[in-house]
Amino acid sequence: MAIKKEPEILLKASKINKSFGNFSANKDIDISIAKGEIHALLGENGAGKSTLVKIFYGVLKPDTGTIEINNSEVSISSPNSARKNGIGMVFQHFSLFPALTVAENILIALDKKIKFKDLILEIFKLSEEWELFVDPLKRVSELSVGEQQRVEIIRCLMQNPKLLIMDEPTSVLTPQEISNLFKILKRLASSGCSILYISHKLEEIVELADQVTILKSGKSIATIDAKKTNTKFLAETMVGKEITDLKKTKLMNVTKNTALELKGLNKAKETDFGVSLKNINLKVNYGEILGVAGIAGNGQVELMEILSGETQCEKENHILLETQPIGFKNITERRRLGIETIPEERTLHATVPNFTIAENTFLTYFFKYPKADNIISNLLNNPQNSKIESENIIKDNDVRCPEANPLANQLSGGNLQKFILGRSLANDPKVAIFSQPTWGVDIGAATSIRQKLLNLSNSGKAVILISQDLEEIFELSDKICVINDGALSKILPVAQITAEDVGLLMGGKLKTSDKLETT
Amino acid sequence: MITFTPRDKVSKNWTIIAPILSIFLTIFFGLLIFTFLGYNPLETLYQVFLSPFSRIDRISDIFVKACPLVIVGTGLMLCFRANVWNIGAEGQFIMGTLLAGSFALLFPSVETKFFIFIMIVIGFIGGALWAFIPAILKTKLNVNEILVSLMLVYVAMLFIDFIVRGPLRDPMSFGFPLSKPYPDGAIINKIPFPGIGYLGQLHYGILLILLLIPISWLFVNKTLSGFKINVLGSAPKAAKFAGFKQNTITITVLLLSGGLAGVAGVIEVSANIGQLQPEVSFGYGFTAIIVAFLGRLNPIGILFAGIIIATVKLGADNAQMSMGIPKVVTGLFEGILLFFLLTGETLQKYKIKWSKVT
Repeated sequence: MAIKKEPEILLKASKINKSFGNFSANKDIDISIAKGEIHALLGENGAGKSTLVKIFYGVLKPDTGTIEINNSEVSISSPNSARKNGIGMVFQHFSLFPALTVAENILIALDKKIKFKDLILEIFKLSEEWELFVDPLKRVSELSVGEQQRVEIIRCLMQNPKLLIMDEPTSVLTPQEISNLFKILKRLASSGCSILYISHKLEEIVELADQVTILKSGKSIATIDAKKTNTKFLAETMVGKEITDLKKTKLMNVTKNTALELKGLNKAKETDFGVSLKNINLKVNYGEILGVAGIAGNGQVELMEILSGETQCEKENHILLETQPIGFKNITERRRLGIETIPEERTLHATVPNFTIAENTFLTYFFKYPKADNIISNLLNNPQNSKIESENIIKDNDVRCPEANPLANQLSGGNLQKFILGRSLANDPKVAIFSQPTWGVDIGAATSIRQKLLNLSNSGKAVILISQDLEEIFELSDKICVINDGALSKILPVAQITAEDVGLLMGGKLKTSDKLETT
Repeated sequence: MITFTPRDKVSKNWTIIAPILSIFLTIFFGLLIFTFLGYNPLETLYQVFLSPFSRIDRISDIFVKACPLVIVGTGLMLCFRANVWNIGAEGQFIMGTLLAGSFALLFPSVETKFFIFIMIVIGFIGGALWAFIPAILKTKLNVNEILVSLMLVYVAMLFIDFIVRGPLRDPMSFGFPLSKPYPDGAIINKIPFPGIGYLGQLHYGILLILLLIPISWLFVNKTLSGFKINVLGSAPKAAKFAGFKQNTITITVLLLSGGLAGVAGVIEVSANIGQLQPEVSFGYGFTAIIVAFLGRLNPIGILFAGIIIATVKLGADNAQMSMGIPKVVTGLFEGILLFFLLTGETLQKYKIKWSKVT
């Protein structure tokens, strides 16, 4: 009777529940993964993706629920027993020892005993077979992030896994590395190894996956055939509401004068873990968004700090606001001049988590209140002064608060970011500099934040957007440059640069000058 | 298995229940230990906890004892709020006392009581200078302030010992390591109450606390400088983002806390001793660390914490005098009290769940 052949199920989990205190991270989740299938797990931050895969890999124990592998129930009590059941996992943050060689790192994780020489041969064999090229005798600290990921994958493949779990594997890769990874994953799947692929990037899922299960607030809300869907549908299912498109209307009559300029800026790194900035030349005009792409840890933090004034320039004329040198001005003086920065870290940098919203407003507003004629009120300049302004920021930016004047850590990531943005924009800046403004923010909030950036440039302000999210960079920017190892590529209009070029620049494999010669 | 889950917000109910529960648990375990050691538990408890309140002059002695603890504790509060770990208040106390005392001994015949204000200022400078050493080492050379401030305590102890045995020894002291007595102008008098006379050792120095508590409360809660200190302690990167200078704040809080420790020393010695001697502090600088934390780094809390600690210390003296209980035993009791008061704080911040071991 059955004409359609049912795929063979490798792993079937039913009614998985897991809670932390009052917060239930997974509620009655059912999921089944077929053999040789690439199964994507999609959801916003905090939807319960990581919790679920940690349960599969034995890092966490479910409160209730059963897991079957090949139709027999198993109890996965530790990563060790997960590996014995044929489950391997590549974590988002790699678990390699930087001081050891590739082979040594693989040896440590191996459950079976093997001679070092045989191990190296086997690594060679695997890396040939799967095109995961990596030198087994190199130290991990000398490898690029993409290579490190290959080591992690090889490490899993040594165990002949039946299921490979990949937690947000592309968040640190360049576009070229991503397409290589996808090729490998597809080959792996066609050889019969199932892949559970976690991501919140919709394009990737449509491109790569066979099935996609969408999680929302700990519940599994749909399992869809990924080949028959599109990103818009996935996004709306994931968020649970319609996504409004960005309105991109450029005003043509804005005079595009230079707003901010960096000229030959050098800054030696302050700690061993920092990045030195090398001969940075950057120019952003009024009414423009300049996107700075790059893989994390290539000097974005240092660039941000020197732009904000948190660290001092070596020369006053390294930074010019219009024509005024401001290299020696501190962050408060730059705020007065109309330069606002929104740092990457929302808590502990842009805000103090255990302080109220009024106090956090006061944090960057305190210098506005003193008046020449009132000594007593100047002496008692305190967060009470920011009360009205903080209420206005909350109201104008649709910041959802659990109570009036809550602590910053009571707000969700997206709402906190809306507050931080609102706090800066209420100062009516001439130049606004954002670092990863939508990182870890839900799609609804991200859209509204991106719209704000566009509005800002439409109203004639200069915007610098430092982001790892290439999609975001291309969607918003007028001009694009790439930061790699503390050096900035040449700035090109968005029409003259492709994602592939940006990818190569991110990996340090292309000089902008080469590109210019070929075009 | 016991699991702790953080509460979103500090629980208001537990803020009240926890200290009460802590006191009851302390009493319970105190009774247990005293019984075990063969002392009459109820009488011991009475001596330690209640005897300091039994007479009005004893009550006023609590405030006398609490006075230096509260002053030093208030200064330390500023440091600890900024995440600067000044462990050397004891040394700053000694050096403030020594500098002000040496100054007073230069004027053997001064009588005006205004002189005491000059001494307080000099005491502040002395303590602040001693705290300036860890401050400058930390900000310029990134040397850990915990070690430097603590080590300087022992330097200060030996230095005052040398001074009162050597240069400043009173030739009439029959070989005792004591300085000449302070001049009249350098002595803080006891407060006379009409019709009653003096209440224990209650002296005018107490008035400084009445001034210090509200001022320090205003400072930490209602001024920009206080705000800067709080931000630096909670999130140093946010302080940088706001444009607050970390080094300036660090130096300021160390100078203020060192200065206040010096002031406490001047008041303690001018009111209760009246001359320099090798031991001027009796551990006030260290006990004040406990006072600052027990008072939750809050001026009003520190006042109450100072009173609690002073009570138990005096109670321990009483127990030793009337029942012969050695101080180590009452010290143990003090430890139990602190243990429960501080663990009680956990209940305000965390929910605790007991579950079966799986």
